[in-house]
Amino acid sequence: MSTRNIVLLSILALILLLGGCGCSGYNNLVQKDQNVKSKWANVESDYQRRTDLIPNLVNTVKGAANFEQETITQVIEARAKATQTTVNAADLSPEKIAQFQKAQGELSGAIGRLLVSVERYPELKATEAFRDLQAQLEGTENRIKVSRNDFNGSVQDYNTSVKKFPMVLFAGLFGFSEKGYFTAEAGAEKAPTVDFNK
Amino acid sequence: MKQLLTTAYLLFLCCVSLMAQSEKDLPARPQPSRLVVDYTGTLTADQSQALEQKLVTFNDSTSSQIAVVVMATTGDYDIADYAVALGRFWGVGSKEFNNGIILLVAKEDRKMWIATGYGLEGALPDALAKRIIENEIKPNFRENDFYRGLDQGTDAIIGAIKGEYTSPEHHTRGDDDDGPVGFFIILIVIIYIIYVIKKGGGGGGTYHRRGRHHFPAIWWLPSGGSSLGGRSSWGGGSSGGGFGGFGGGSFGGGGAGGSW
Repeated sequence: MSTRNIVLLSILALILLLGGCGCSGYNNLVQKDQNVKSKWANVESDYQRRTDLIPNLVNTVKGAANFEQETITQVIEARAKATQTTVNAADLSPEKIAQFQKAQGELSGAIGRLLVSVERYPELKATEAFRDLQAQLEGTENRIKVSRNDFNGSVQDYNTSVKKFPMVLFAGLFGFSEKGYFTAEAGAEKAPTVDFNK
Repeated sequence: MKQLLTTAYLLFLCCVSLMAQSEKDLPARPQPSRLVVDYTGTLTADQSQALEQKLVTFNDSTSSQIAVVVMATTGDYDIADYAVALGRFWGVGSKEFNNGIILLVAKEDRKMWIATGYGLEGALPDALAKRIIENEIKPNFRENDFYRGLDQGTDAIIGAIKGEYTSPEHHTRGDDDDGPVGFFIILIVIIYIIYVIKKGGGGGGTYHRRGRHHFPAIWWLPSGGSSLGGRSSWGGGSSGGGFGGFGGGSFGGGGAGGSW
């Protein structure tokens, strides 16, 4: 075998190797991308579930004698804002996810404050309607937690693939960009704590 | 921005390590398979057997699986998170319908949780689960009658979900996992090509013909990884009368709980 042939063969082998990896890497990424999207759909539907519960919650609370109007208004406003902040599944960039999380976090805070206020209305708290709602809200928050975790897991899987060799060479070419995570409790997401200094 | 991303990533890593921790803190799937698992010795053998019998019969006729787990404590974990993690880890319910339920009791924490599989969230909504906790289970637990609480609680759950599924099917659990298999196949093919070429030895002509001849093998490459990567693990051999094994169902955080 001549030297020229060996060189040609080496180049062929390299092309095959890179092309093969590129192809299987590409298919892999498509699959992971789809996975992230389906996980995102779960996140959205869980948040939607919470949004849908709010009119019910507001009506139940309104029924209680002289329930503080301001707390209710805050929930309604936060809900409106959160509804406006939507994210397209095709663009799950870190910035978009952060925006979404912030809007939903404000709604979480408002709901939390409302539930704290309810503690001062024992008759309301004892009603069957409110207890059912509370169970639904609690379950919804759990669902959100789970679907966010699943989403983060799928994004981590995807991002790792995007950044790994050899896909790092092709990812940009095929339009795969890094996606965003939900961050752990960033203040607004936490249950509100009572500040005695205010 | 970069800094923000780094921070987010670090926070996320913390999250992930917490999750990984939880997997380690979960008890292994019971061997042999059982639906009633009491780590605390709260139930007598007869009580445990009676409960098991009821749940296995229900599983046989509806394919829905209700697992009752009594443990001392869930440690630092929220009982709701723990129940979901345990349900997923054991795979309670079928993979196809996700029709599993875990009734988890943490005795020292004095807490309980009904975790509802995805497929049963319609039949057992959170508010109903909460009522079962409050009306059937809690009063009995307060009187230290754990068996009665679990018995009546599972009766109520059965009442709620019995119409939901009927087909008793068994499944294999397959994880699509594109491991390094694809890469090895590529490597093997390349080594093979080089080997063939080397063996051909002669002039470019031979190489050309042989090269073409072996070319179709390359069509395997992209799909090779996924088709070989699929695994099917444990199916749960069913032994006469006993519980056939968990089916790989998943949970999404639905359910309700309380403390006594």
